[in-house]
Amino acid sequence: MTTRRAAARSLPGGRRPLVQRVLALNAWAVYAFFYLPIFILMFFSFNAGRFVTIWEGFSLDWYRVMFANEPLMKALRTSVVVAIVSTIVATVLGTAAALALERYRRWLGKRTFDALLYLPVIIPDVTMAVMLLIFFATVDLNRGLNTIILSHVAFNISFVSIVVRARIAQMDATLEEAAADLYASRWQAFRRVTLPLIMPGVLGGALLAFTLSLDDVVITQFVQGPGTSTLPVFVFGLIKRQVTPEINAVSTLMLVASMVLVFGSLLLQRRR
Amino acid sequence: MSTPVGTPRLEAASERANRRRGLLLALPSYVYLIVLFAIPLVFVGVYSFASRSRTGKPELADWNLDAVAKLLDSTVLQIAWRSTWLALLNTVLCLLVAYPFAYYIATRRERVRNMLLLLVMIPFWTNFLVRTYAWRVLLDSDGLVTRLGEGLGLWGSMLFSAPAVFLGLLYGFLPFMVLPLYAAIERVDWSLVEAARDLYASGWKAFRRVTLPLTRPGIIAGSILVFIPSLGAYVTPDILGGAKTTLLGNYIVGQFLAARNWPVGSAVSMAILIVMLIATTVYFRSGGRTF
Repeated sequence: MTTRRAAARSLPGGRRPLVQRVLALNAWAVYAFFYLPIFILMFFSFNAGRFVTIWEGFSLDWYRVMFANEPLMKALRTSVVVAIVSTIVATVLGTAAALALERYRRWLGKRTFDALLYLPVIIPDVTMAVMLLIFFATVDLNRGLNTIILSHVAFNISFVSIVVRARIAQMDATLEEAAADLYASRWQAFRRVTLPLIMPGVLGGALLAFTLSLDDVVITQFVQGPGTSTLPVFVFGLIKRQVTPEINAVSTLMLVASMVLVFGSLLLQRRR
Repeated sequence: MSTPVGTPRLEAASERANRRRGLLLALPSYVYLIVLFAIPLVFVGVYSFASRSRTGKPELADWNLDAVAKLLDSTVLQIAWRSTWLALLNTVLCLLVAYPFAYYIATRRERVRNMLLLLVMIPFWTNFLVRTYAWRVLLDSDGLVTRLGEGLGLWGSMLFSAPAVFLGLLYGFLPFMVLPLYAAIERVDWSLVEAARDLYASGWKAFRRVTLPLTRPGIIAGSILVFIPSLGAYVTPDILGGAKTTLLGNYIVGQFLAARNWPVGSAVSMAILIVMLIATTVYFRSGGRTF
């Protein structure tokens, strides 16, 4: 209680209800700003007409058109394959990296590795895309599904390791020592103690990696080959040509998928 | 970590074994990031000095400063200037909107707070392309925002103009500002604020001298998370902007996928990267550690 009172007092004129009211108003305005565009977008995916702004009655026609669109469905399949493979690889590599950084002291090149692991998170997408395109072109690797997956793993390792590291930092290190004291081998201690404890972090990181892979446009656009578009890259191309409720239908599908992933990750992270 | 052992020599051996295990665990991702991140980064630097060839793949043999000199070209400077002020404006506006917003969430009761936070997480995780597309539809000539503006007699269709790009950037990156600010405000020790108030500081003064400095790491982290992607933005200006609103991101993509002038594209990418490194160094110097 005192915290809240103090918090209310710490803003200019904090005890005056006016400030609180302005804060609340600002908050609801931001929520409206966040959600109204998304809701309107979803709403018009059920439009019977062919416009995205003029309502002509309810129908599921555009969803039927979407599912019958073969190139689009192929892009969706590519996206799912890329996301699954890159998530698995990045989760294994990222978790090992997180353990090495949090659990082992002063190994050779640790500080450099730490810095290298942060860079893909803060670098702009376009720069990373350029780097990878130049690299694949220079080493003469044919661009296609393999280069997309290699690139997605490259940015996902960092995100997975950040999430897992946060989880390890919260963890009680004495539990592993207790396992060692009870003559558990290193592998047993990892398998029976460490892994179950960091599992929520590992799964949370994996879901983040999966989402990022499904969302990426810029990097994929640079490293894809002929006929290997992912869904976002394909949709990006559609948007630039013309706007139809079919794009709204695809968008709704992608929105629902991200929401399911958010809830999944939050449920996992809440588990202690 | 190390188990207490009898002799110093055994202890040193176990320490060495531990170091080896750390390196072995990190090795796969270490090698991966060196091959698919560090080496490509060096390549971009080297290609900035290459010459353009007809096939699109640059010639490294006769290296020169042509592409780097292009950075001072008036077209490039104009685009860089436009990108920089749009990114700065976006960062400042995100901060002004997100600070009171995050403050409001962080000072609610726990159950309400978790609910409100979840409502921020959803747009944060939602596909960026889809969220930009939502504004493409709203700002169209018969879109809802345009019709609203025309009804009020205030604005017409903003699509393919700088205001549209700006709205798109604000919408796209606002959640990136809210989350670090929330994390910083939630950690504030309110008893310090109370102490300031007890010492007869006005509400404004207590905020300015106590709350604001305490939440500075959040302000800086949020600003970096908004400024860097805004500076390199490509999807937003490509969908919502026009020829007159080309930003650095579009320019780079154009050099690679259309103009086939890789050296110039590389030089501009390197310039953005250097700005980014300076920004993050400032952040780490100023006491922030994690995002």
